[in-house]
Amino acid sequence: MDIVTEAKPGTIELKGRKVVAGRAEGEALVTTETISGWGGINERTGTVIERRHEMRGVSFAGKILVFPGAKGSSGWSAYFHMTRLNGVQPAAMIFTRMTTKIALGAVVTRVPAITELDQDPLSVIETGDWVVVDADAGTVTVTKKS
Amino acid sequence: MNLTDHEKAMYDGEHGRAKARAMDLLVRYGEALGAERLVETNNVAGAFNASTPSVQAIAEKGMEHVYSELNLDSDEVVEVPHMVAHTCQLITGIDNDNWELQGVDKALVDMQRANEKYLGRRGVNMFATCTPYQVGNVPVKGEHCAWMESSAVIYCNSVLGARTNVEGKESTGAAALTGRIPYWGFHITENRRGTHLVELDVEVDDMMDWGLLGYYIGEVIGEEIPVLNGTGRQPDLIKLKHFGAAAASSGGVEMYHIPGITPEADSIEEAFGGRKVKGTFRYGAKERRETYEKLQSSTEKKVDFIMLGCPHNSIDQMALIAHMLENKKIHSDVQLWVHTPRAIKQVAERNGYIDVIREAGGVVMSDTCPAISRRLPAGTKVIATDSAKQAHYLPAITGVQGWFGSVSDCVDAALTGEWNGRV
Repeated sequence: MDIVTEAKPGTIELKGRKVVAGRAEGEALVTTETISGWGGINERTGTVIERRHEMRGVSFAGKILVFPGAKGSSGWSAYFHMTRLNGVQPAAMIFTRMTTKIALGAVVTRVPAITELDQDPLSVIETGDWVVVDADAGTVTVTKKS
Repeated sequence: MNLTDHEKAMYDGEHGRAKARAMDLLVRYGEALGAERLVETNNVAGAFNASTPSVQAIAEKGMEHVYSELNLDSDEVVEVPHMVAHTCQLITGIDNDNWELQGVDKALVDMQRANEKYLGRRGVNMFATCTPYQVGNVPVKGEHCAWMESSAVIYCNSVLGARTNVEGKESTGAAALTGRIPYWGFHITENRRGTHLVELDVEVDDMMDWGLLGYYIGEVIGEEIPVLNGTGRQPDLIKLKHFGAAAASSGGVEMYHIPGITPEADSIEEAFGGRKVKGTFRYGAKERRETYEKLQSSTEKKVDFIMLGCPHNSIDQMALIAHMLENKKIHSDVQLWVHTPRAIKQVAERNGYIDVIREAGGVVMSDTCPAISRRLPAGTKVIATDSAKQAHYLPAITGVQGWFGSVSDCVDAALTGEWNGRV
């Protein structure tokens, strides 16, 4: 089965659609659970605060955030907007489920964002992998952690 | 994205810098969604106010800084002209009259008032409620809106048949100045049809029943579009206001159909509109009881705080609470806050309901609620509420324990200081 594009040895390339332009690279932080903005994150630390969330207490600041998308209040964009003003926004967003909350949120967080990938990023990418997001080219390049 | 000549002119700055920045945001947002164009809207409900400590540093530079940064996502600070679309302010963080009881710093109150003055003159109508449809903003079927507030969005789409996505602070800010919003999601007819059938095996009657049903549906359906069959008695505004708020809290429901009652379907077939039914759920006595249990997050019978009015109470709910408190006094260890829009508060005042609630020891709050303000009476450990939405959010946000039940169970707890509610 040759669905995995070998960009260069040891890396996996996913192709998708640009949501917000730009290029960023960093360590992946992956969750299979959607994230709430208002009431779900601390906008001063970039930390997930929702009770019973698998990422509770973990900060996404500077990370390539890989997640299904947004849930909860219409304050989602305003809270991620504040993470940018406070300098604790993620480095990029990779998500699978398009909604108005995540679209507007990614736009005002002003980080490269990508969706509609040809493989499921939630299963291909693991926390700690090194990920390059090139939203203009529509590519996500993953180097697995050893 | 395809823009009309007028939209291009706004984008190019021919109608001023504020509209140019607003168009820039709408185009970035529309492209992110994959929308092909914008749609005209003349009905915007957003969050423009400055009432939180995090906004203070920006507000000190001037209210145009607040609007530019937080409502337009613009680094360029622009002069804010009069709103083009009919626009209203949703719920805020501070009750302009009861701020001391809320424990709000005077500097924040002054900031909110200065901000209201700035926005008011520019055409942002200060409804200051999560229920604009109760105080004069009642969109008609098919009307394209740009609303925030999940409980208002679901009411707008489902009960009124108007069309809105869940918008945000920045998109409503841009829509108010341009009269445009991306044509995507619930603005498009095909996206409004049902996805799942919910068969009701128990009668859904009072407000608590509707709250439980909504909370159940949100949990099992997430963001899909339920079609309800077998609701029995005719629901009213109060019940559907509760139902929608609950479904939008436990899940992300933004639209539902009750054939014969909601305006876009007279039959189950019409509700699905030829779409394949993705799944069927049955709601019976077992599901009702389990949902009730899920909403209780307290084990302590002694309560400190009773929260009524989420979403904000109608005048009939105010009348009922006043009737229940007539010639009675709430327990000395308990605080009771009843929330209603400021416009309805004025009617309640005139009817004498406010006096009755006040004489019993309760407080009538407007403009805000504890979940939005994150402010409870000092020392609150255990709350009771008639709202599934507050029972969902308050324990998570503020760390209190919570009881959920009927209005009469909540009023009983206010009078006795003890929770004795049952399903």
